[in-house]
Amino acid sequence: MTVSAAWYLTLAAAMFSIGAIGLLVRRNVLVMFMCVELMLNAANLTFVTFARELNDVGGQAVVFFVLVVAAAEVVVGLGIIVAIYRRRLGATADDIHVLKG
Amino acid sequence: MHLFLASATLPDTITFAIAAAICIVGSLGVVVSTHPVHSALMLVMTLFGVAVLFVEENAQFLAAVQVIVYAGAIVVLFLFVIMLLGVDRAESIAADPLRGQRLTALLLGLLVLAEVVLLGRGRWPTGAHSTAGALNQGTKPNVNVLGTSIFTTFLLPFEITSALLVIAIVGAVVLARRPRRPVGGASSPIPSAKGLTGPPEAEGDDTDRGPLQMGVEDLEDSDGLEAGRPGVPATHGQEGSKS
Amino acid sequence: MGDPLFIHGVDLAVFVIAVVKVVVAFVVLLVSVMLMIWFERKVISDMQNRIGPNRAGPFGILQTLADGIKLFFKEDLMPTNADRVVFKLAPYLALLPALLIFTIVPVGGVVTIAHHTVELQVADPAIGILFLLALSSVAVYGTMLAGWSSGSKYPLLGAVRASAQMISYEAAMGLSIVAVVLESHSLSTRTIVDLQASSVLHWNVFRTGVIPFLIFVVAVTAELQRPPFDLSEGEQELVGGFHTEYSSLRFALFFLAEFMNTITMSAIIVTLFLGGPDGPGFHFLRWLWPILWFAGKTVVFLYGYVWVRASLPRMRYDQLMDIGWKLLIPLSLAWLLIIAAIEQSRLWGVAILVACVPIYFLLQRSRQVSRRRAEMQAVETERARSRKDPRSVLFDSLLADEPAGGEH
Repeated sequence: MTVSAAWYLTLAAAMFSIGAIGLLVRRNVLVMFMCVELMLNAANLTFVTFARELNDVGGQAVVFFVLVVAAAEVVVGLGIIVAIYRRRLGATADDIHVLKG
Repeated sequence: MHLFLASATLPDTITFAIAAAICIVGSLGVVVSTHPVHSALMLVMTLFGVAVLFVEENAQFLAAVQVIVYAGAIVVLFLFVIMLLGVDRAESIAADPLRGQRLTALLLGLLVLAEVVLLGRGRWPTGAHSTAGALNQGTKPNVNVLGTSIFTTFLLPFEITSALLVIAIVGAVVLARRPRRPVGGASSPIPSAKGLTGPPEAEGDDTDRGPLQMGVEDLEDSDGLEAGRPGVPATHGQEGSKS
Repeated sequence: MGDPLFIHGVDLAVFVIAVVKVVVAFVVLLVSVMLMIWFERKVISDMQNRIGPNRAGPFGILQTLADGIKLFFKEDLMPTNADRVVFKLAPYLALLPALLIFTIVPVGGVVTIAHHTVELQVADPAIGILFLLALSSVAVYGTMLAGWSSGSKYPLLGAVRASAQMISYEAAMGLSIVAVVLESHSLSTRTIVDLQASSVLHWNVFRTGVIPFLIFVVAVTAELQRPPFDLSEGEQELVGGFHTEYSSLRFALFFLAEFMNTITMSAIIVTLFLGGPDGPGFHFLRWLWPILWFAGKTVVFLYGYVWVRASLPRMRYDQLMDIGWKLLIPLSLAWLLIIAAIEQSRLWGVAILVACVPIYFLLQRSRQVSRRRAEMQAVETERARSRKDPRSVLFDSLLADEPAGGEH
């Protein structure tokens, strides 16, 4: 019998909060992106934990789809970042103020 | 709380403790590292920790896919972008560029943590029945159970994700393409030029640009980038003013 | 299902057996790397009419050991621009996947030790093949980080080449493995090997129809950065490639990783396609024959790699990428579809096969059109260039996209 679900959920919550804090604090677009990935992972961990807890395969299937969507998201997101860098807008989120209306 | 005290065997507890420590240290590392490459490595560490936890929770397939997709593809893509764009220099995170932002972010983060933990304490049954089927089906391995579920119950979402992936690929190609650069005035080609330059087949270097050529140019680029920072360089007023 | 060793719970004997398996596998792998390096040097020398190493030990067999000792005592250099932590970490990241992949290779049959059924492989996870794919996709980190953390341009270029190559060929490799999994209905290496036993015609080479095997061998060669796919260390262009800045023990680790990967991947080829330890045995020493068969098959592939290295020239980078993306991936995808259809029924198989023909011509046509366009573009560029001062042409190609703002 593995460790109880509450531990897993607490861990996921902690990871999610760390990711959220990172997203708010950091200014490098790439690192912000990584923090989003952290939050997605925390959510995945929760899904898998509930799948075990409720004995329902749906939770794991959802994680599978999250992984696919994360891959697609990263591809497009990094494409956007590369396009922005090519315009020499700089390394941080603050430099992208040109996008303002 | 009764959930915390459920019985767990010693190896399971130790595995969980180590993996959880890796996850927490890794995710803190992502946020704290000054260098984007270090952040990416810390992210890989976290992903491995999560993969171990997936195995612990009888999700072997997801653990493997997590490593293949996340560590093998997504973070490698991150590293590629970091290296080729030449943003691989340390960023000073000691200074707080926006006064009070750190504090607010920390408070918000703690709020999120408190909220999630509080919500997680209670049980919120909706009474709905599972439509996806049971996770533990005797000796049937996890891969079979998950595969059956994805290809029956979740067939439509599965097919839609394939469309999503194609859209993402096309989008990425469109975004990352360099616009074709006009070389000189393209009008009035000189007839004798062809004889001077030899067969065009031998001169393919400007059109099929493999990563090698791209690498050299981008390295040159990155030097220019570092010199031209910070802020929006004046040379790009043209593009900026268009919007 | 699962490892029979752990069926009756874990007691001391099981624990000891598991530890012994790990240690034996590790030692065997290290020793075989030593022999492999010697073997490669000897065979290449032979092919080039040289003698090769012949001083240390009989036939120079201890030459690798001597080289290792020499490397061990050399100065450990650290470039000024290097990222210290990552620079030190990278060699271990390169070595780990090679070691770990070997754990799922069944090197022999099943023996009984102290009433426990022991499979002659370190571990037999139910997701063995996924484990292999996961680790081989992680293998790119060692190369990539080594090149980046050296803080100089040639290693970085070598690393970019290498990692782009590895990622490109990963897809073809995965797709050809899926063909094997389709035939075996299992992800466990032990089950895959067991299903190939009893007859040569049951080997997956023949059951999946040879093409996945060929694709897999080519893709693995590219994954390994072995010649003719060793562009990441093209001496003429990149000095030593991603490990240019490494010296002493760290360089030795890269060297070790490279050869260990070669051995491990040869073993994986044998496992997936050539029946693993399957082969005729005799009544005495029943447990030994499968191991010998396995080792023999692996050595054949190792010899093949050395042979290829001695005889084939290095490819050009765009050729390499063309083979990966335009040949291997479409081919393995089409073959996978056909196999999957035949699994359903013969009729479907024929239908998919017929459907593949127009798709092939469509692809061919699109490649033709794109090639023609590229050629026209090249001519146009050349004309524009030749009108300028010839001395500025080189300069322009270096600053290719700098004047983009000024031109229009």
